Amino acid sequence: MRHIISVLMENEPGALSRVVGLFSQRNFNIESLTVAPTEDETLSRLTVTTVGDDRVVEQITKQLNKLIDVVKVVDLTEGDHLERELMMIKMKANNGTVRAEIKRTADIFRGTIIDVTPNTFTVQLVGSSSKLDAFIEALGTSNIMEVVRSGVSGIARGEKVLTL
Amino acid sequence: MELLSGAEMVVRALRDEGVKYIYGYPGGALLHIYDAIFTQDEVEHILVRHEQAATHMADAYARATGKAGVALVTSGPGATNAVTGIATAYMDSIPMVVITGQVMSHLIGEDAFQETDMIGVSRPIVKHSFSVQRPEEIPEIIKKAFHIAESGRPGPVVVDIPKDMTTPTERYEYEYPKSVKMRSYNPIMKGHTGQIKKAVDMLLAAKRPVIYAGGGVIMGDASEQLTALARELGYPVTNTLMGLGGYPGTDKQFIGMLGMHGSYEANMAMHHSDLILAVGARFDDRVTNGTDKFCPTAKIVHVDIDPASISKTIKADVPIVGPAQAVLKEMLDQLHAAKKAPCADSLKAWWEQIEEWRGRHGGRFKTDDSELMKPQQVIEMLSKVTNGDAYVCSDVGQHQMFAAQYYKFNKPNRWINSGGLGTMGFGLPAAMGVKLNFPEEEVVCVTGEGSIQMNIQELSTISQYDIPVKVICLNNQSLGMVRQWQDMNYESRHSQSYMKSLPDFMKLVESYGHVGIKVERYEDLEGAMREAFALKDRMVFMDIAVDPFEHVYPMQVPRGSMRDMWLSKTERT
Ligand SMILES: Cc1cc2nc3c(=O)[nH]c(=O)nc-3n(C[C@H](O)[C@H](O)[C@H](O)COP(=O)(O)OP(=O)(O)OC[C@H]3O[C@@H](n4cnc5c(N)ncnc54)[C@H](O)[C@@H]3O)c2cc1C
Ligand SMILES: Cc1ncc(C[n+]2csc(CCOP(=O)(O)OP(=O)(O)O)c2C)c(N)n1
Ligand SMILES: [Mg+2]
Repeated sequence: MRHIISVLMENEPGALSRVVGLFSQRNFNIESLTVAPTEDETLSRLTVTTVGDDRVVEQITKQLNKLIDVVKVVDLTEGDHLERELMMIKMKANNGTVRAEIKRTADIFRGTIIDVTPNTFTVQLVGSSSKLDAFIEALGTSNIMEVVRSGVSGIARGEKVLTL
Repeated sequence: MELLSGAEMVVRALRDEGVKYIYGYPGGALLHIYDAIFTQDEVEHILVRHEQAATHMADAYARATGKAGVALVTSGPGATNAVTGIATAYMDSIPMVVITGQVMSHLIGEDAFQETDMIGVSRPIVKHSFSVQRPEEIPEIIKKAFHIAESGRPGPVVVDIPKDMTTPTERYEYEYPKSVKMRSYNPIMKGHTGQIKKAVDMLLAAKRPVIYAGGGVIMGDASEQLTALARELGYPVTNTLMGLGGYPGTDKQFIGMLGMHGSYEANMAMHHSDLILAVGARFDDRVTNGTDKFCPTAKIVHVDIDPASISKTIKADVPIVGPAQAVLKEMLDQLHAAKKAPCADSLKAWWEQIEEWRGRHGGRFKTDDSELMKPQQVIEMLSKVTNGDAYVCSDVGQHQMFAAQYYKFNKPNRWINSGGLGTMGFGLPAAMGVKLNFPEEEVVCVTGEGSIQMNIQELSTISQYDIPVKVICLNNQSLGMVRQWQDMNYESRHSQSYMKSLPDFMKLVESYGHVGIKVERYEDLEGAMREAFALKDRMVFMDIAVDPFEHVYPMQVPRGSMRDMWLSKTERT
């Protein structure tokens, strides 16, 4: 099963490499990984999506917790949560039909066209990973020139928070 | 407040931490620190002949005392030579602080002379590491390094110090912190009372219980509590390779080591048990054999300070996270409060079964008619001559298994070996590290002619500092453990497991100023060994010719259950 694990860690040099190293060292898989400082500049928040059975995911959270730089770990998929990923996608758009088609699909997915040239459109889309996948599928791969995805960020629903 | 340079702070912080010996080797990046060592005499530096030996000395000191040992190595090759020692300590959860020199901070990343990214290289084999960014941080970083290394599940910590952090002319206010707090590191101090209650109920209800205790009992200083609990319940105890000495080896409740080369009775008892109380043991693959066939009828209570050890390979029914000492003590208290005893009839039947197993195959090797001495006989003699009371530091191979099986350890912290990494070359420096710190005790290195040559250069360090260890070399003229696997799995094709052109160990040790004793017949063994131990102030190397064809038994059949074992070259369960 796919899990979204959020990690609060010391914003220190080397902390990120310890987390990433742990995944490769222990043969855990990483589907996506995002990291940035939080409102408290001494902390960064890292979100990793991974796939594994219960035993593997239990090991992942336990091993993450053991890292000295890691302050807190939560598996967001254990409860109600929101997940978002940002995608920018650059497409060939060199004739009227294609341009109209892209625009219509982007509207349906609530995407925004953020850059335009005579031959290209760049669309920005925010949503769950599966929504981004669906958008790519809807457009078909033939016109796609470049795709960049941020990786998943997640947060618990309701009043639950991940802080110190 | 006193003003000290970074280099002086390093040495002073070690002193203030109570460190007596550090083991190391100098080099460019460490010259300021070595100069600071020169101008004081409270922290004594032991100059090894290879950095790997420095780490094993520090490690063995930790295994004998529970306190972190300290190694000091220079940047680049010095640091990489220490890697095997750091990994050895990491795999066995041993506290150690390794200070590595680094090139000047402005040169980092430029492939400078003797630059190695030691934080990167050591990352997967340390509990934590620090890279000093400002000299003022040195006291606090060193305090944290010891705190992290020694608390919780112990492990090695690397402190990487760029040379410009130690410049003699730049001085800073020095104060060694009494304690440190880290918001992201809070080792657990006691177990969950409710879980302990559950465990006690299950222990009382068990009909075929086994206590399986490991290295966590040794490093967690809990052998007293373990022994008290086991005696109170009257249950059989088995130890892992790392746990030997955690329960008295000559006690009748002790059923031997378990696992790949465990005793017949221990592996049988595990397989047939209905309740396993695992304490400070990590269900290693050398113990469980095929995990899908592991102890099919047993419920498992698992006490470990590291939650990640619990249910990692074998699912626990009752997990208890906490230090062995505190948890076992609380178990004992609850047991007393419950005022109940285990069912005497089932326990009696269980012991009868175990005694039957013990009687059937209990730990005997065959002495055939050949002239050749059996390695097991040598270890039995060693146990006899030293009254089972020596510090026994082992290398890796068949001799290690024979020592584990035939030396009767009655006290914790006296069996010192590399279990998790299995590092050949560990034994001699380990024995040196122990002897230096316990000059009054008998300290033995049990080794093979293969392993001893992996750190033989330390014979020179022994001369320099007068460290009279006794080396018992079980010379089978082969990499016996490898050869055994080749006999069993590769139709005796002995690919590269034969040791050609061995040195004359007698001449070799004599050239360093030590005493060599060669033994070839069993009749001479006891006398020679007593003679060796009578030479209190001399390092003695006993080169003992043993049967090169001997195998270690029992040996579990790969991927089978605990009870699937070879018992000799021809018998199988
Ligand atoms: C040639 C060879 C053959 C081997 N054959 C065998 C064999 O037959 N049988 C065998 O047992 N081993 C054998 N080993 C060793 C094996 O590889 C493992 O090293 C060993 O089994 C692990 O021992 P352990 O489970 O006690 O764990 P250790 O590695 O000692 O780990 C200690 C555990 O205790 C925990 N702990 C630490 N401190 C505390 C505390 N204060 N309180 C509670 N928990 C704590 C740790 O978190 C960890 O889980 C062999 C090794 C070699 C080289
Ligand atoms: C550094 C290292 N290299 C290789 C091995 C693999 N290995 C395990 S036991 C062994 C043979 C050890 O030979 P010896 O020291 O003579 O002991 P014996 O088994 O003969 O008693 C080898 C090569 C190891 N454990 N460590
Ligand atoms: Mg040998």
